[in-house]
Amino acid sequence: MDPWTTLAQLIVNGLAAGCVYGLVALGFALVYKATEVVNFAQGDLLMVAAFAGWTLIEVAGLPYAVAFPVTVLLLAVLGFGLDRVVVRPILGRPQFATIMLTIGIAFAMRGVVSMTWGPQARTFETPFSRKNTPFFDVVLSDVSLSIIAATAVLSALLFAFFRWSWLGIAMQSASQNQMAAYLMGIPVKAVTSLTWALSASVAACAGLLLAPIALVDIALWLVILKAFAAAVLGGFGSIPGAIVGGLLIGLVEQFVGVYLLQEAKGIAGYVVLLAVLLVWPRGLFGGGERKRV
Amino acid sequence: MTALLEVRNVETYYGPINAIKGVSLDVADGSVVAVLGANGAGKSTLLKTVAGVMNPFKGTIVFDGRPIAGLDADDVARRGLSLVPEGRQVFPFLSVRENLMMGAFARRREADLPREIAAVFDYFPRLRERERIAAGLLSGGEQQMLAIGRALMAKPRLLLLDEPSLGLSPLLVAEIFAIVARINRETRVGVLLVEQNAQRALDLAHFGYVLEVGRIVMADTSERLKQKDDIRDFYLGQRDAGVRDRQRWRRRKTWR
Repeated sequence: MDPWTTLAQLIVNGLAAGCVYGLVALGFALVYKATEVVNFAQGDLLMVAAFAGWTLIEVAGLPYAVAFPVTVLLLAVLGFGLDRVVVRPILGRPQFATIMLTIGIAFAMRGVVSMTWGPQARTFETPFSRKNTPFFDVVLSDVSLSIIAATAVLSALLFAFFRWSWLGIAMQSASQNQMAAYLMGIPVKAVTSLTWALSASVAACAGLLLAPIALVDIALWLVILKAFAAAVLGGFGSIPGAIVGGLLIGLVEQFVGVYLLQEAKGIAGYVVLLAVLLVWPRGLFGGGERKRV
Repeated sequence: MTALLEVRNVETYYGPINAIKGVSLDVADGSVVAVLGANGAGKSTLLKTVAGVMNPFKGTIVFDGRPIAGLDADDVARRGLSLVPEGRQVFPFLSVRENLMMGAFARRREADLPREIAAVFDYFPRLRERERIAAGLLSGGEQQMLAIGRALMAKPRLLLLDEPSLGLSPLLVAEIFAIVARINRETRVGVLLVEQNAQRALDLAHFGYVLEVGRIVMADTSERLKQKDDIRDFYLGQRDAGVRDRQRWRRRKTWR
């Protein structure tokens, strides 16, 4: 293959994988900023979304364009409920307790999924499956392009939401000074639950976008390992950092896999993470988030 | 006429510590009331209890004819009672404008926002120059102005100010108190002010209470309070030191 073609495809594949990592990392960041809880069930939310999407499309026969928003909505409800019912009572306890709790939620979701759908992998049809778009001499897969485009749109929407909407700014204020947010008449508890809902819907988007390349499988939750690296790389709790960190790790993996050593693909992202943390211990975008005492 | 705020026999605990031991006070609509007291007298606890940040163990709090004791702070705020907390507590990474916007969260009237923000800038012109700057980067005085302006954005009927002079230069304190006086005159918002700076507080207030170790020990118009020996002694510092040391004990006893 022509080296330029290879390069272009690597970039697109890397960006597509990176977008998924970035979206999951963004889910971490949202919840972490709002409640200082690291949600280790983020990858499992993505996995549940993929299964829910499969059910709606392959079993219920809904068109993709309907199944997508319905799944996102279902996951939003799940995220809202998780905060309200499970996480809320444990807030204010030591950090260790909340970590164990979210890991427990993750295991519970894996268990429920394997009991409900069984362990076998499956896939569902999307408008992008097995299609390609020629771009000059290069042929790019529609699935990868759809992931990149959807992530770009989602990031823009989130940016606008946090910049201009009442609820978006209220979410930020509740995470910056909870007591003051109460004093403004902001219903902080409801706002926090909505942050969980938002975080779960972002995971749902990632899961539905990823499913056509990765198969709908319980092992989808493992994406959390890459996403966690992406979140730390970008600076934990930073929203732009999450996306940038995800893209970097996605690209590095692809490049290392092809140009250096196929076997090193899996660890390349972590090597970059370690190297960056040695120079910038707070991650790329973590500088300004220092706490005031 | 019934008062805008009626606090009756309120007791509040800070963990095991009985910080407020049965306090009663009134704030009439549109008036300025000061609560004086030393460190640890329970002033902040009193305001936090009224604002719903802390729950009273006993007693009733009636605001605008409705009981509010034990309600959540956001609920109390939506009823028209805004607390400007001690230490400002602005949202550090939000801009001045976004901080003000959050002050109006309970009403969320997008169309009125520019006019209301302009009204706050009219009281605090310094904030207008800082409109797009993150609140965490403002000076202490500017943050205090922002905190008061943010509370005004809710269009409250009663403003609770917790030590607005804390950590500010005398000049800035004078400026901020003058603005609070003007706000009270022009908008008729009631003000319940808690202060260590007794001189400033009594100059501003119509009525004053003295709080000592969780109890109200004196209540009178601020004109009369300013004339009392005990007040001149302990809060205004207008006697010479020799007498002050000797009399401190006896006077405190007579208050109970």
